[in-house]
Amino acid sequence: MKLFFEMFYAFFKIGTITIGSGFAMLPIIQHEVVDKKKWFSESEYMDILSVALSCPGPNIINLNVYLGLKKLGFWGFFAGALGTILPSFILILIIAIGFQNIQNNPYVIAAFKGIKPASVALISVPAISMAKNAKVLNKFIFIPLIIAALIVYMNVSPILFIACAIAFGNLIFKKK
Amino acid sequence: MLLSLFLTFFKIGLFSFGGGYAMLALIQSEVVTKHKWLSIGEFTDIIAISQVTPGPISINAATYIGWKTTNSWIGSALATFGVALPSFIVIVLMFLFLAKYNNSNFVKNTFKALRPTAAGLVFSAALLLMTKENFIDAWSIALFLGSFILLQKKWAGAITLIFVSGLIGILLYGP
Repeated sequence: MKLFFEMFYAFFKIGTITIGSGFAMLPIIQHEVVDKKKWFSESEYMDILSVALSCPGPNIINLNVYLGLKKLGFWGFFAGALGTILPSFILILIIAIGFQNIQNNPYVIAAFKGIKPASVALISVPAISMAKNAKVLNKFIFIPLIIAALIVYMNVSPILFIACAIAFGNLIFKKK
Repeated sequence: MLLSLFLTFFKIGLFSFGGGYAMLALIQSEVVTKHKWLSIGEFTDIIAISQVTPGPISINAATYIGWKTTNSWIGSALATFGVALPSFIVIVLMFLFLAKYNNSNFVKNTFKALRPTAAGLVFSAALLLMTKENFIDAWSIALFLGSFILLQKKWAGAITLIFVSGLIGILLYGP
């Protein structure tokens, strides 16, 4: 039960302070559960992240719920789910009720002009460590980049790549 | 109305892959085009608010749209639960499946292909944000590069970077 609250608090804290994009949470989550709490090894975390990104739904929910389940089972599920959803839910309700014009506040606008480019860095860094962990950097550094370019510039659905990975992963790697 | 709100967001959660920004298009087509719960102007405002609020954009948007359409927190809770429920179901199933078959060759080989794919998905989220709206001048590029190096070398934490870059934003562009 102590671990439940510790876990809930960790996810809740991350949910409360991370702005910019859900993916900007990735380096913070990794730092918390791998480096600080040592609940998972780095490669364990990376594999869970790969699963979370391959499943439908909000990716950060997928990730935190899976991390919770793996570490603590039934209660971990709730720690991951509630810890991730509640901060958003509470903050948005407060804004919806009392601060509907927050996005037009000149200070908020100015702050976000600074945060946006920084949050691109917050997403790029975990992408690179994922590519490194996939051991594609030496020979096939271009594979994740090509996938990213096709999704963004050619509007290819991410589902296609996930389906291909599941279908062809076994064909390609079978020999080894 | 409440049931329809829940079902719509359940559908959005179930059929969206590849991150919050990909979800927004789906939310728009359901909430604005199909059900006409919101005008496109209201939708754009909600997205702007979701982006300046901590947390996953899809959860933020669901909570806000639930409030806007029903004027009660119950609507918010149902929309949010709806968008997250597919995740809960799928992740529990995946967890049980992988707990059982983790050591099979099928799972091991699939992971080998899935790792670079997942890295690609995260890269795509970064690439999607590399727009003129987000990179308005040389300062933004400096902020990006500075944050990138500090984070990559582990000289600064992500939370520090968010606060410092927000502060720099206010100093540079504030009123």
